[in-house]
Amino acid sequence: MSAEGADLKKRRFLIAATSVVGAVGAGFAAVPFIASWQPSERAKALGAPEEADISKLEPGALMRVKWRGKVCWIVHRTEENLADLKTNTDILVDPNSEVDHQPAYCKNAFRSIKPEYLIAVGICTHLGCSPTYRPDVGAADLGGDVWKGGFFCPCHGSKFDLAGRVFKGVPAPTNLVIPPHMYLSDTQVVIGEDGGAA
Amino acid sequence: MSLINWIDERFPLTKVWNEHLAQYYAPKNFNFWYFFGSLAMLVLVNQIVTGLWLAMMYKPDANLAFGSVEYIMRDVDWGWLIRYMHSTGASAFFLVIYLHMFRGLMYGSYRKPRELLWIIGVIIYLAMMATAFMGYLLPWGQMSYWGAQVIVNLFAAFPFGIGEPLSIWIRGDYVISDATLNRFFALHFVLPFVLAALVFLHIVALHKVGSNNPDGIEIKKNKDENGIPLDGIPFHPYYSVKDIMGVVVFIALFAAVVFFWPDFGGLFLEPPNFEPANPLKTPEHIAPVWYFTPFYAMLRAVPPMFGSQFPGVVVMFAAILVMFFLPWLDRSPVKSIRYKGLLFKIALAIFSVSFVVLAWLGMQPATPGSTLAAQIFTALYFAFFLLMPIYTKIDKTKPVPERVTK
Amino acid sequence: MKKLIAILSLALLPLSAMAGGGEVHLDEANIDLANHAAIQRGAKTFVNYCMGCHSAQYFRYSKLTEVGLTEQEIKDNLMLGGGKIRDQMTIAMSPADAAEWFGAPPPDLTLIARVKHDGADWLYSYLRSFYVDDSRPMGVNNTVFPNVGMPHVLADLQGVQKAVYKEVKHGDKTEHVVDHLELVEPGSMTPAEYDATVRDLVTFLVHVSEPMKLERQRLGIWVLLFLGVLFVLAYLLKKEYWKDIH
Repeated sequence: MSAEGADLKKRRFLIAATSVVGAVGAGFAAVPFIASWQPSERAKALGAPEEADISKLEPGALMRVKWRGKVCWIVHRTEENLADLKTNTDILVDPNSEVDHQPAYCKNAFRSIKPEYLIAVGICTHLGCSPTYRPDVGAADLGGDVWKGGFFCPCHGSKFDLAGRVFKGVPAPTNLVIPPHMYLSDTQVVIGEDGGAA
Repeated sequence: MSLINWIDERFPLTKVWNEHLAQYYAPKNFNFWYFFGSLAMLVLVNQIVTGLWLAMMYKPDANLAFGSVEYIMRDVDWGWLIRYMHSTGASAFFLVIYLHMFRGLMYGSYRKPRELLWIIGVIIYLAMMATAFMGYLLPWGQMSYWGAQVIVNLFAAFPFGIGEPLSIWIRGDYVISDATLNRFFALHFVLPFVLAALVFLHIVALHKVGSNNPDGIEIKKNKDENGIPLDGIPFHPYYSVKDIMGVVVFIALFAAVVFFWPDFGGLFLEPPNFEPANPLKTPEHIAPVWYFTPFYAMLRAVPPMFGSQFPGVVVMFAAILVMFFLPWLDRSPVKSIRYKGLLFKIALAIFSVSFVVLAWLGMQPATPGSTLAAQIFTALYFAFFLLMPIYTKIDKTKPVPERVTK
Repeated sequence: MKKLIAILSLALLPLSAMAGGGEVHLDEANIDLANHAAIQRGAKTFVNYCMGCHSAQYFRYSKLTEVGLTEQEIKDNLMLGGGKIRDQMTIAMSPADAAEWFGAPPPDLTLIARVKHDGADWLYSYLRSFYVDDSRPMGVNNTVFPNVGMPHVLADLQGVQKAVYKEVKHGDKTEHVVDHLELVEPGSMTPAEYDATVRDLVTFLVHVSEPMKLERQRLGIWVLLFLGVLFVLAYLLKKEYWKDIH
């Protein structure tokens, strides 16, 4: 037994080659283990797009739809609400929805496809509580005249207007998320799917 | 390497590396049979990793267990691969261990000073059997259920009135049930870590006494002026590169099964186990998985005596316990089969054939003819051990060379 | 103790039911899992004829896109009760009702092709082996599955078969056993058409029992090729180092 006279160059090459190919193999072997943590077919089935019938949603009312286990709001906004959304924008953090929290087709003044309907994920962007719907304009506990209706998060006091835009000076950093959605007809909306419109 | 120095001052990294790899001297004449130790460790790691992943998605609940396995097979990305790796791994583990043990029998690796090494090995084998038995219940198919039912009922054969209460206590119910499944899952999860600890002890013992070899010669008896065995070579790099080669071949065989024959003709995944457990309907023919069948055949070979199945149970457990005494049963002056005489070679051949035939008989429905065959081969199995002090003593041995041969 | 003996003897006895079943001649199904059209036709037969009573509850409709169907085609042709595309192939009949109507609940069929040795051949033979037997509650019996509880739901396709018996002597006892089956009343299909329909149905059932089978085999080739390359390197590495050892 002796290592003298060994072809060290060849040995180094073979060690490197075996290590590299072996590492590639280990990488491939890791793929199934990592990928198995992705949402399963069952999770995808349960998180499938959700259809909602909005024909009975009165102006000023809110309905809740569950999509991917999260609550989504559909709010039928009144003409006054829509007018109010254009005023008071200086108290908002991101009035023009610069942060990418909505599909492109909702990056507008009302953050919606149809102005009268707001569809938003009802989860506060601060720490994940679900804010309460407070349509009562001028509510004393929410700032009186400044309050034109919106959402108030009871956990840490974040406030959002009726387009889900966050107020300045509250813990929540960004506007509420608008989920992908599309209208199948005047009265049917599907949340979670937009036919590739985004 | 200042980092290595930094670690070495706080942890014996270089010391361990040298003592167990770079300056651990193994005999240079290891042959094919010496791959199976490292392969067994590889399979243990495979079982622990795939098992951990399966446990993330499996549900140990009688109503959900079967469905959760199908959930893994179908709904989880790559779940089928992880599950097949685990089910194939169970059989591969036993195959590798049986070959590893056979190597020990051939070359006398259980002889002084390796008695404890061998005994720890038999304990590992027992722990493996317990782990595999509990794991087999988890898919909650018909074979899982009725196999567990039969084996747990073996404990009911204990005399003195403790049998029945004992089997009920093991099940936590009057039949195999949700309670049994739940506890078997917990034990199946934790036992592999006990196994890993036992493997650690096995290796500690091995590195204390040094490896045996096909010649059965103690290489430590012939050392050079530096105290290095003349017939020894450092484990690293020589055996590490050799084992890597063995590992690649093994993984290729393993992958061939996983990707092309995961059922292995009904041996690794038995057809009745694709039907959910049904406590009201026993399958036409129940047999344990192949690696338990030699012992199952012995159990069936012993007829009830005094109205009790207990003798059969005793025989079955004795078949494993007798292995503990092997180091003291062998009276041959030599270790390896290479220098043992004809008697030992015949005895080992008969023993090996008996083991394989018993395995086959254990899978078949018993007929009077096959029961008689099982009785004969059970007797031969025990004869190998019990007559060993006699035939190894009178056996004509060949002279053992001073140095290992190629 | 008695229970143990009972269970052990169950295991010990050569069981006539299946031992007999094992002797039944099975016709070869000769299915081709790569034949997507056959799987699609089989799915249709399954949905129309089997799913009245049997579910395939671990299989999702959406998985049929892997055999060439579009989601719209699946919804229009196979999802007769509506629902979402990723729904599993379940049925409305409750197991309790089923047990009352049929004696035992009709089994889920997702894995039926794997429950038997040679599952495809068994199913193919079974579905073609019903014959009239007035002594049975459903009026039919089956040579592959004697005393089966299931009616012959494909009878309008296959027609009616009668058993032709032969005498077999066991020592001094003579037994009447079914020699072969004869079509006495044709169905809407010719025997060849019926065999083809059953073959498609079996192809579907085998596919459903392990939908990833072809995918795993395809992947296996690549894995083995890769390991072949790694082996060559590992072999050369070993050989190079072992030059030192004499």
